Amino acid sequence: MPQPHIDVRYVANLARLALSEEEVAVFQGQLDAILGHVETLSQVDVSGIEPTAHPSPVFGPMRDDEPHTSLPASGLLQNAPDQAQDQVRVPKVVADA
Amino acid sequence: MHDPIHPDFSTYPAMTISELRQRFSEGTLTPAAVLQQLAGRISERDTRTGAYLSYQLDTALAEAERADLSLPLGGIPIAIKDNINTFGLPCSCGSKILAGNYRAPYDATVIRKLRAAGAIPFGRMNMDEFAMGSSTENSALQTTRNPHDPERIAGGSSGGSCAAVADGTAVVALGSDTGGSIRQPASHCGVTGLKPSYGRVSRFGLVAYASSLDQIGPVGTCVEDVARVLQAIAGHDPNDSTSLNAPVPDYLTTVNDGVKGLRLGLPKEYFGDGIDPGVRRLVEAAVAKLAAQGAEIVEISLPHTEFAVATYYVLAPAEASSNLSRFDGIRYGHRAAAPADIPDLYQRSREEGFGPEVKRRIILGTYVLSSGYYEAYYGRAQKVRTLIRRDFEQAFAGVDAILSPVAPTPARKLGGSSVDPLQEYLSDIFTLAPNLAGCCAISVPCGTTAFDGAAALPVGLQIIGPHLGEAMLLRVAKAAE
Repeated sequence: MPQPHIDVRYVANLARLALSEEEVAVFQGQLDAILGHVETLSQVDVSGIEPTAHPSPVFGPMRDDEPHTSLPASGLLQNAPDQAQDQVRVPKVVADA
Repeated sequence: MHDPIHPDFSTYPAMTISELRQRFSEGTLTPAAVLQQLAGRISERDTRTGAYLSYQLDTALAEAERADLSLPLGGIPIAIKDNINTFGLPCSCGSKILAGNYRAPYDATVIRKLRAAGAIPFGRMNMDEFAMGSSTENSALQTTRNPHDPERIAGGSSGGSCAAVADGTAVVALGSDTGGSIRQPASHCGVTGLKPSYGRVSRFGLVAYASSLDQIGPVGTCVEDVARVLQAIAGHDPNDSTSLNAPVPDYLTTVNDGVKGLRLGLPKEYFGDGIDPGVRRLVEAAVAKLAAQGAEIVEISLPHTEFAVATYYVLAPAEASSNLSRFDGIRYGHRAAAPADIPDLYQRSREEGFGPEVKRRIILGTYVLSSGYYEAYYGRAQKVRTLIRRDFEQAFAGVDAILSPVAPTPARKLGGSSVDPLQEYLSDIFTLAPNLAGCCAISVPCGTTAFDGAAALPVGLQIIGPHLGEAMLLRVAKAAE
């Protein structure tokens, strides 16, 4: 297993999560300690063991493809932080030329 | 200090579901009167306990007027953890990212089923933010205190649901359990809480934390109430592909069958060092009580127990980091003011909206899923999960149910979780493995003990059953009650 050390700011950026300097400092020690405990998994012989993604005995069930009514857009849009013309409004994504 | 609550309902007309049903059918009590009593009791007691985030008496009273008392839960109010969508009501998940800006646009399947059974959803219950925690101190909204000692935690993450039932401000409640979040607060508050088998209850409408582990389950003052609520919410749901299309037995017909002739296993790994002596004494007394009723007690081994915490704290944060990516400030939830661009909107909305425990788990989960570390952490943990699952399968080849403590100690004092998250995670040791394996498990009160300066704190016995073994589980729980 790799050495237990997280580059907290780099990983937080992957998760699109801004952090204060103080948070980075606090999380660094805590996360390294947690990963240190996770290292115990390297003691387990897992050769030939299949992974478990979920404990259900059912895999990939399909439901009948029958039309049904969806939730009304108005009910869903009322939770949007900003909306206009029955759509979610967001800041401009495309940069100016 | 609060007067001892459980099971003292001397000032309170609401009792168990069956007693309420009896009073309703006699005409000596109405659902509306019960709701009024609950509201009065909430205003009298919950300022201290802090279990309720909100409740809507008018809406509930209107539903009480229409209640069909012939239904199994006709007119019974049920408190709902604030991560289960209930149409038109807030669903904050104990987080600033959803508080005050979100109303559920639909009913979760469990709410739809409860309504179909005649129940009245009443009250939104406090919780650790996004169900991450074992104390309810991680709620961004308020602290929930233990009704048995207000200086102590209620446990978590379903701390609001369990504290309210213990405090007599709710008859029954729904919680959710990903690694012990129903059983541990039930143990700390002295009530009964059940985590159903994975797939027994639909997760549709439950805000996802770790999808391969999450289950919704009931909390009550007795095993029979928990059985009645489970009866109403169990079953297949086309909206949740992981819900199982397996028949739901009639739990009440077997709950009183007793334990004579059953084989009950004591996993030696669950009775090692680190358990408070008072907890050990009470759990051993509960085991002796079951033995006296004719159960055969056998020692068993779950050899991968020591790896459950490490496995869980790779897999659950991994799933959480993926599930919580939906909180991006776009479609719902908090959006940061005046964002410079889209990445800035995402990053600051999440920074401002999430609390420290959620941030820790998102970072941890993102790390174990990231390129170069995926196989070493996530892949390996999934394989160890297989070994933990096999431990239980092998154990259940020889025993009908497994007995253990719920938590190593009774409720600790408030104010201890933020300093050392790893120590807090390690205290989940007895409750995590059933989620990893998909088993059902229940916490049943087994007495009170002196602990850390407190005279009498509740302790729960954990009973673990095989996958879809709820009928057996409830039967053993009833005998232990």
